[in-house]
Amino acid sequence: MATTTVTQTPAAQAPATRAKRRWGATVVGVFILGVMLFPLYWMLNTALQPTSGLLEVSPVPHGVDLSGFTSAIREQGGHLLTSLAVAFGAVTICLAIAAPAAYGLAQFRLRGTRTIVFGTLITQMVPGIVIANALYSAYVDLGLVNSYFGLMLADASLGIPFAIVLMRSFMVAIPREVIEAAEVDGAGRLRTFVQVVLPMSRNSLITAGLFSFLYAWSDFMFALTLNTTDDVKPVTLGIYQYIGAHVGDWGSVMAASVLSAIPAAVLLVLAQKYIAAGITGGSVK
Amino acid sequence: MSTTTASATAPAADHPATTVKKPGPARARRRRRLSQWGFIAPAVIFMALFFGYPLVRNVLMSFQDYSPSTFFDGKAPFNGTDNWSKVFQDDLFGKALWHTVVFTIGSLIGQFGIGLALAVFFTKRFPLNGVLRSLILLPWLVPMVVSGIVWRRILDQDTGVLNSFLDTFGLGGATPWLTSPGMALFSVILVNIWIGIPFNMVILYGGLQEVPKELYEAASLDGASAWRTFRSITLPLLKPVITVVLVLGFMSTVKILDLILALTDGGPADSTQTLGTLTYQNSFVQLDFGAGAVVGNVLILISAVFAVFYLRANRSEGK
Repeated sequence: MATTTVTQTPAAQAPATRAKRRWGATVVGVFILGVMLFPLYWMLNTALQPTSGLLEVSPVPHGVDLSGFTSAIREQGGHLLTSLAVAFGAVTICLAIAAPAAYGLAQFRLRGTRTIVFGTLITQMVPGIVIANALYSAYVDLGLVNSYFGLMLADASLGIPFAIVLMRSFMVAIPREVIEAAEVDGAGRLRTFVQVVLPMSRNSLITAGLFSFLYAWSDFMFALTLNTTDDVKPVTLGIYQYIGAHVGDWGSVMAASVLSAIPAAVLLVLAQKYIAAGITGGSVK
Repeated sequence: MSTTTASATAPAADHPATTVKKPGPARARRRRRLSQWGFIAPAVIFMALFFGYPLVRNVLMSFQDYSPSTFFDGKAPFNGTDNWSKVFQDDLFGKALWHTVVFTIGSLIGQFGIGLALAVFFTKRFPLNGVLRSLILLPWLVPMVVSGIVWRRILDQDTGVLNSFLDTFGLGGATPWLTSPGMALFSVILVNIWIGIPFNMVILYGGLQEVPKELYEAASLDGASAWRTFRSITLPLLKPVITVVLVLGFMSTVKILDLILALTDGGPADSTQTLGTLTYQNSFVQLDFGAGAVVGNVLILISAVFAVFYLRANRSEGK
């Protein structure tokens, strides 16, 4: 790596060598990407060779064998749907709670809002297992163990602080005059929020929603700790238990893994700019 | 919770909150303020229940005697510092603490070093830069358990692709990556470095974009070497971003659970047991929530120290 970064001598060069050097960097970039994405390639490759069992896997699949996928869908399909339902539920809860709060913390001059913003930053640092530890006994008392709603609530907690911080930093930039103009026109506070603020904040809402979806979709810890039966089993938990039972059948385990990674791939393609904005915006600003 | 928020409000009182608004009738003002709080209250209540309550509850639980029967009869009598002394006297706690330290430092160095190198690399202009850069994010978006399981397959001693790859190059093909106590922690760190690279890269890349181009031009006019430029211009200007990246990396690494459970389940012979997995083991496998809470509290304490660093870094950067 070090050598490639040092080669930036600014001396005037023939355009041909410069162009060659640029493509040289592309080659290096493709190589880096290849190394970084190899595990994902291997996941797909193994998924397409379901009979491999405990044998070594060949570097390229010989023909496409989808039996790993059919058995993965048969056994994990329901868990994929559970994941979808829980993730969408968590996103809904997350945005419903975080968006108004972000607006309030950005635009209202209330006492204590600074403390709340501070608190929001701190909550992002509470270890999840600590939350699960306490939540479990509370959930037992409240009858929320093994329930969709309970898991949605817990998963929403993964996204809420992040969503508040992210949307707030966006909503601070909404000019006060715009909001005051709406209020002068006779719109109530709630109507101003729904009809003026939310549409203006669309990008940050999408980013926050996207990230809370990813958090909830990837959640394994709450799924593992807050469920004692098989009633509510997201695909992360499904795959984890799958390797315990089917350790010889890597083809279907990997097929299930591929299926569980699809939302990530789709989101990356559809929402690249939001993802980059979310990673930097939510943490640095 | 309510007491902590109330007392913490005090420092914010110097903020001139009331002077800005027109002095309308007191009742209208109060109604206005109430409706404003209506926007914020749900979030405050949610965070109090899902973050504040667990923090308080964990402290209480660490002084209570939980057993499997607690969940039937609801009895968890207070037992003083029994849980604490039990956990601290167990060798496993010391081991887990040590593994957590090694895991965290090792992961951070690897993630940050490679992430920074890649970030610098991608500041060069070359064809397909943007596409390659966004595709590198992909591993970061895959559920961590799934990444763990994929790597478990890759690192398998007999049938994993890494060993067969090394074998073709005659580099000793039978390394027990995950199955020998001496190797497992190292392997788990390697996988976690792989997971953390995209995140580090993206944030550092963003930081590098903020460094004014004129500084680089001036440096090259002065004939500064690439390394000198990097050390004297890039690094100092990047420092705030570096702090945030490292602290965030620390926070997500120190409490890790998913990855280790998927790769090794804490084994072999507890060689990859960390504070996170030990909390889980105590509470949800042994069903001794009191002991789990003790380890959890240690985790909280460590995190709290770094939370202070983070808030400092955040504040100095924000204003």
